[in-house]
Amino acid sequence: MLQFALTRFISLSLSLIAASVVIFAVIEIIPGDPASFMLGINAQPDTIAALREQLGLNGSLLSRYVNWVSGMLVGDFGISYTYKVPVSELILARVWISLPLAVYALAISTLIAFPVGLIAAAKRGKTIDITIMGTTQLGIAIPNFWFAMILVLIFAINLRWFSAGGFPGWEEGFLLSIKSLTLPAIALALPQASILARIMRSSILDTLDQDYVRTARAKGLSQRQAIWRHALKNALIPVLTIIGMQFSFLMAGAIIIENVFFLPGLGRLIFQGITQRDLIVVESVVMLLVFAVIIVTFIVDLTYAAVDPRLRKR
Amino acid sequence: MNFFVKKVATATAILLSSTIISHAAQTDITIGMQLEPPNLDPTGGAAGAIDQVVYANIFEGLTRYQADGSIAPALAKSWNISDDGLSYTFHLHEGVKFHDGSSMDAEDVKFSLDRARAEDSTNAQKALFAGIASVDVIDATTVKITLSSPNGGFITNMAWGDAVIVAPESIGNAATNPIGTGPFVFSNWVQGDRIEISRNDNYWGNPVALDSATFKFISDPTAAFAAMMAGDLDAFPGYPAPETLPQFAADPRFTVIGGNTEGETILSTNNKDEHFSKLKVRKALAHAINRQEIIDGAMFGYGKPIGTHFAPHHPDYIDLTGNSNYDPELSKKLLSEAGYPNGFETTLKLPPPSYARRGGEIIAAQLRAVGIKAEISNLEWADWLKQVFKGKDYGLTIVSHTEPMDIGIYARPTYYFQYDNPDFQQLMTDLTAESDPSSRSAMLKKAQRIISEDYVNGYLFQLARTSVINSKIKGMWENSPTQATDLTGVSWTD
Repeated sequence: MLQFALTRFISLSLSLIAASVVIFAVIEIIPGDPASFMLGINAQPDTIAALREQLGLNGSLLSRYVNWVSGMLVGDFGISYTYKVPVSELILARVWISLPLAVYALAISTLIAFPVGLIAAAKRGKTIDITIMGTTQLGIAIPNFWFAMILVLIFAINLRWFSAGGFPGWEEGFLLSIKSLTLPAIALALPQASILARIMRSSILDTLDQDYVRTARAKGLSQRQAIWRHALKNALIPVLTIIGMQFSFLMAGAIIIENVFFLPGLGRLIFQGITQRDLIVVESVVMLLVFAVIIVTFIVDLTYAAVDPRLRKR
Repeated sequence: MNFFVKKVATATAILLSSTIISHAAQTDITIGMQLEPPNLDPTGGAAGAIDQVVYANIFEGLTRYQADGSIAPALAKSWNISDDGLSYTFHLHEGVKFHDGSSMDAEDVKFSLDRARAEDSTNAQKALFAGIASVDVIDATTVKITLSSPNGGFITNMAWGDAVIVAPESIGNAATNPIGTGPFVFSNWVQGDRIEISRNDNYWGNPVALDSATFKFISDPTAAFAAMMAGDLDAFPGYPAPETLPQFAADPRFTVIGGNTEGETILSTNNKDEHFSKLKVRKALAHAINRQEIIDGAMFGYGKPIGTHFAPHHPDYIDLTGNSNYDPELSKKLLSEAGYPNGFETTLKLPPPSYARRGGEIIAAQLRAVGIKAEISNLEWADWLKQVFKGKDYGLTIVSHTEPMDIGIYARPTYYFQYDNPDFQQLMTDLTAESDPSSRSAMLKKAQRIISEDYVNGYLFQLARTSVINSKIKGMWENSPTQATDLTGVSWTD
């Protein structure tokens, strides 16, 4: 087990180093100078030069890369060019929106997908199964930003139950904050729930064909009991893998939904950073997301190994 | 658990009571903005969004812009100009305090101006201060500024948001905690979401009607529409979704204001380009453009046609649109006279604003009709600055020049459209030295004529600024003589 963890750890470190090089290189290739962007079209060349000096943009590529990485190792992500505050502060503020939103959306999607998937599997081929499969097909096909706009139109503009977007901040009250994340979470959850429900259904159906389920049925369990006691637990492994993947997607990939609901999350931060050429913010946030994904994968790998002894012997 | 229940109960109670209070007499306002300011230091960056929050609200200069574009005294209550036009003596208001309690005096004025014109200054409008030879403190409320040559526009220069008076102790943190002398103090910034300001009870001038104001950042036009309609916002100056304006105009809850800006929107032309260096080609270009079609198609009818680089609401403006009326036949004739009977190919590089992107499509079609094939490429701002503005690697581009009274850019031969006319440059030098109003007016008119008749750029329209506001709000600026959301005169009618 220890050796397994160690090899995984080494591959994790190598991935991180490779990712940092790629991120740094790509950001350097993007055309556009942060200093000229900030000073606009009336600025004089000497002013731009002074700002470049102030931002530390004049060093060599290698020295800037080394500064960036060595800073991150001690938790210093640098100072945002445009906001003029530490990048770590910006990220921390944004994480407290993106993370709860991802958890919220995942909770909604799981709560819908589990029972729906189960019912569809149990009633395979019946009307209810066909209805569910059709609906989830639609759920996958509908773009989530469009669905988000429809939600705003109905619940914010017509019914006035929710505000059209924005985030008051956790210090303004827990319920108020949760309320403002509700429409975005639903919009994000719909396609995820549809995918998850279909995977849940097919995964259960797969296990239902297994010998041990047939044995269970043979010893007198009903279809429902067989699903509940034997099929479900085994069917959960692929479902959990998908949930893990969906979680990383929700953390990083909510850019469009964050724009529709003008939520100041991580996605918006990257988006703004790119358009304003706040390169240090883009580099650091992307690196952090890579780190998060790699760590989640590492933990999942370790969990698999703990659960499934066969993996450890590799 | 009990603790949690109590906390939620208190929060709900506070929530309810605040709703009740706000119904009694509204003294707060929530204003939508498309772009978030990168920071709140107006002396260290060009972003218009900075001034849209802080100008006149948090920071003040010696003079200031008013809603109609005229210049009024601000921190300076009066000034004398010496007969040779070289020295300006400003008399400051007494008892003015910065938000941190320290007093504002002549030393702060000297500090602010010296800082802006210093060698390592990162002021985006450093040119405003270029003519200052020295700043001398006479006494606590008197400061004398000596210029190296007379400058008729100096009082106007001092009204810019980049020329506000700041304190040496607090300017270092102004990016995140701006400390000025204005009627509002900065109170909170939730990055990415909103900025809150509240009334300065120790303000030296007339107190403002509002208790607090929130600027909320919504970049997506559809989201802006939804937030306005849902009542999340009280006003959206520079409303970004013009296609939905009829809906607001028809709704009694809202008022739609179509105001002027200082933004001359032009089809900037590379005057050193192999084709566009020929006057006949530029003239042909001008006659190929149908301005009204662009205003209707790209701006939903908002915007006033211009024939030169000057704001139509300015008293010295002259209507020169006749120099470049829409005449495709004449355009084709001019092109063949210039040696292009079959037209030519060029590039049309467009920055992100919708006036450029939508206008660009229409212009490209109009140019194609006379034989000029303009290949459109859409650029981000940073890339546009690099390729077009700095690199001058373009044939045509569309951009709105939003700085007030900026006809002087035509006197800079290295500016991105590369217009090099010694007569015009001399005229601008003379203008700067002239302080007699009627001579200045005549010179400004002459300048407008020169660039119009030289067809330096394609002059399209004056950018309009349509705002949607709650019908019960009064005192918002209709026009936009400088980038600002001046809340000093804003109040609710009931």
